[in-house]
Amino acid sequence: MTLALIIALPFLGACLPLLAARRGRSLCAAAAALVPLLGLILLFSQSSKVFSGMVVKSSVAWLPELGLNLSLRLDGLGFLFALLILGIGILVIVYARYYLARHEPMGRFFAFLLLFMGAMLGLVLSESLLLMLMFWELTSLSSFLLISFWHHRSDARRGARMALTVTGGGGLALLAGVLLIGHIVGSFELSEVLVAGETIRAHGLYPLTLILVLLGVFTKSAQFPFHFWLPQAMAAPTPVSAYLHSATMVKAGVFLLARLYPALSGSDWWFYLVSLSGLATLLLGAVTALFQHDLKGLLAYSTISHLGLITLLFGLGSDLATVAAVFHIINHAIFKASLFMAAGIIDHETGSRDMRRINGMWKYMPHTAALAMVASAAMAGVPLLNGFLSKEMFFSETLQQNLLGSFHWLLPIAATIAGVFSVAYSLRFIHEVFFNGEPVDLPKAKPHEPPRYMKIPVEVLVFLCLLVGMLPGWTVAPLLAVAASASLGGELPAYSLAIWHGFNLPLAMSIVALLGGVLVYVLRQPLFRWYEGLPELDAQGIFRRCAGVLVDFSRDLTGLLENGSLQRYLGLMLGSALLLAAFALAPLADIDGPVALTPMDGITVLGLAALALTALLSAVFHRNHLVALMILSGSGMMVALAFARYSAPDLALTQLSVEVVTIILLLLTLFFLPARSPAESSSLRVIRDLLLAVGSGILVALLAYAVLTRPYESIAAFFLENSLSGGGGSNVVNVILVDFRGFDTLGEISVLAIAALGIYALLYGLHLPHPALDHNGRPWSTDSHPMILDSLSRALLPMALLVSAFIFLRGHNLPGGGFIAGLITAVALILQYIAHGVAWTHARLRFSYHALAGAGVLIAALTGLGSWAFGRPFLTSAFGHFSLPLVGEFELATAMLFDLGVYLVVVGATLLILSNIGHVSQDESSKEVP
Amino acid sequence: MEALFAITLGVLTASGVYLLLRARIFPVVMGLTLISYAVNLFLFAMGRLRTGVAPVLGKSAEYGDPLPQALVLTAIVIGFAMTAFVVVLALRGLGEVHSDHVDGREPDQ
Repeated sequence: MTLALIIALPFLGACLPLLAARRGRSLCAAAAALVPLLGLILLFSQSSKVFSGMVVKSSVAWLPELGLNLSLRLDGLGFLFALLILGIGILVIVYARYYLARHEPMGRFFAFLLLFMGAMLGLVLSESLLLMLMFWELTSLSSFLLISFWHHRSDARRGARMALTVTGGGGLALLAGVLLIGHIVGSFELSEVLVAGETIRAHGLYPLTLILVLLGVFTKSAQFPFHFWLPQAMAAPTPVSAYLHSATMVKAGVFLLARLYPALSGSDWWFYLVSLSGLATLLLGAVTALFQHDLKGLLAYSTISHLGLITLLFGLGSDLATVAAVFHIINHAIFKASLFMAAGIIDHETGSRDMRRINGMWKYMPHTAALAMVASAAMAGVPLLNGFLSKEMFFSETLQQNLLGSFHWLLPIAATIAGVFSVAYSLRFIHEVFFNGEPVDLPKAKPHEPPRYMKIPVEVLVFLCLLVGMLPGWTVAPLLAVAASASLGGELPAYSLAIWHGFNLPLAMSIVALLGGVLVYVLRQPLFRWYEGLPELDAQGIFRRCAGVLVDFSRDLTGLLENGSLQRYLGLMLGSALLLAAFALAPLADIDGPVALTPMDGITVLGLAALALTALLSAVFHRNHLVALMILSGSGMMVALAFARYSAPDLALTQLSVEVVTIILLLLTLFFLPARSPAESSSLRVIRDLLLAVGSGILVALLAYAVLTRPYESIAAFFLENSLSGGGGSNVVNVILVDFRGFDTLGEISVLAIAALGIYALLYGLHLPHPALDHNGRPWSTDSHPMILDSLSRALLPMALLVSAFIFLRGHNLPGGGFIAGLITAVALILQYIAHGVAWTHARLRFSYHALAGAGVLIAALTGLGSWAFGRPFLTSAFGHFSLPLVGEFELATAMLFDLGVYLVVVGATLLILSNIGHVSQDESSKEVP
Repeated sequence: MEALFAITLGVLTASGVYLLLRARIFPVVMGLTLISYAVNLFLFAMGRLRTGVAPVLGKSAEYGDPLPQALVLTAIVIGFAMTAFVVVLALRGLGEVHSDHVDGREPDQ
């Protein structure tokens, strides 16, 4: 619970500074600082457990089916990182209070900062890898907001976008890697993953998993070749750089290395990938840092180099190297945060970050200068400061490894070279900024010391540098021990944090680095000239060009596939469906199955031939819409007859009545649409369409033939046996509809009602131009309601209603039922519309079709619910036989009530559709005068 | 008989697909109707083509498969609703863009 609170506090507290912002800047900062302060108190309430070696866990099942739990863990490593995040967080908040200008939205800044803090805490305290991944992405997102805080500046926007793209892309790779880990281990919980190292390394997917996880790590921790985003992110306000780009976010990558160390390390893959990438980053960062003229640029490349050092240590894969790596994480966070803050102070007071212009600051701000000099000395690895201790451990570890075989000497030499350059750039930072003559043309002419409290965070951090550097055993040792053992997942190796180990090779390397660094700095002028002669590698430009190429490519591809033509989409879709179906059918060895064909009979052959012929003719004459529609109605009739022929009387009746309403519908539509389609298809298109059509036809025919000539099993026997006893009806099709599969039918009538309502909504307020003349130039007949039809339709109505009642009532036992009866009623009423017009019929049929359809759905649903009242499942039907005098014995079933619902929906929906289209066609207001 | 039935289905599908690929709304709707005939017949035929065996108990000695029939029955009614919906959508489109071309605009001359 405490753990969840630690993570939740910053998210909840993010609104505090927003609320407090109106009441003054100090209150705003205090409100923001309150959150990490509370977090620290909570964290320390767990410290006794953590330092006794316990792992504090809490877990709530979230989506257990997916292996996703809200499970958290606090061990030494998590404790260390949470401490850094919260502790440096407080200092950064204090610092930012004075850094941000009066007009800048401080509330928003602190809100973003707290969001980021919460994401980081979640990341380091997650037990579930999936949960951790979620927080990982949150850190990318919230850091985007922080980097682009000065969103009026284009470099800030660009830098933020690049950081998001690179770390977000890495996050995707990490997601895949984590899913693979989950696949291999069978769980996403760290406690299970960490003990499954053997299984993971032995698995065939291990190299892929490792590469994907490392992509996430390397992008986040700015490792070569993904380091280029970090210098661009320096467009962020300096407190953000101090927090994100020294102490926390860039450490998320190396945190993951430390976290997954027991699970993933210990293979050649690990060694080569991690250590070589770390080595390249270490050297590249150290050398490039020296040549930066921008104060923050120097610090950014130095950060890259130190991250490379940590990565290299993890890559070496020995227990001692891991201890050194964890130690350096602590030390780097402390001195780099203080250096960024000092750089921010200098920038703030001079208005510039260019080291060629900022000179001689010692005179103007001696206090800040002293602090910055101590911190840079720690960065350079000067004895008695914290940086020296971990760097010494690093040097001695490079001497211990022997995995590079006969090239084992390469690593210590490379490490020493990196040390040389790190001393040189630290020296440059001190000498050029604080000495080296007078300032050159500064925007702010009279620099002076910053406000008193702005220096306090720097003082605290520098004090820590000294304390850890001089009294490591009394200060950092327990924290380091518990964090390193959590990372190793086992016993700690023997190591000593003493400052003096006697004269040995690592000390010699340190001395060489110090002296070499001084030498390199003295010789810097020729080196600078050499560097300027190098071809410039513009990371921003390359990134933008790559992004541009990708954007162009996707735009072209989208344009190619999506040109806005539905006709083309349909062609592509049908073509792909055809290919897929053909591909799936290809393994079928034989089209002809073992079942014998039924003999042909003359009538059926004639009917099927007529069906095929009418379909073909309607396609041939499709450009003349009315003719094609008349031919099409012939096909519909033939389909109904085919159903009747092959033992499906219900289907035949349904098809017949649907055919009538469909043709009426299409005739109504034809009133608005042109009577002919222009001949506009190019012959190429016609050939393409013909190929698609013939291909689909052949495929369907082959498929149908293949199925029909193969033996067949059905669950029909169940329905046939239980229809009478279970559903109380002998028309099995109807019993299936209203009883066995009643829930499906309920869904279907709901769809019907919704479609009708949708149509009503679409037609509401629609005014379509009416042609006054037909396509041959003749005016439409004014005699719209012919006498004969008029009188016949009136006589027909009662009879039609009687027939539909008959069909409805007998439906449970003989062909018929709600669907068919509803269609017959609808057709009878539509006939009144046709014969007498919309206004006349509306005046006489005074009920709302919406209500009718709605009532139908309601009746059907209530019938289903009714069975609950008797303790039965939804839609259980009951029936009984009753007898009345005169009528005799008859049957009543609840299914009939359900069928009544179906009937009402069909009548309501059909009439709603057709009468509304009819209404639009009779809308006199929009008649077009020729 | 099955061969002829399959060929008929093929012809229905081919005509329907050809109409579906036309540029004007009305042929497209007719194509949709033809395809729904083909689909309904196809589904129905999965219960095999047998004569004189309507699944009404007590009317014959054997019964055909009632299940595809029940499925197709609702499919026919829903098919009508969907056709109507497409048609009305097209009418609405006609009201908005004044063209019965499926792309919503007259082809460039």
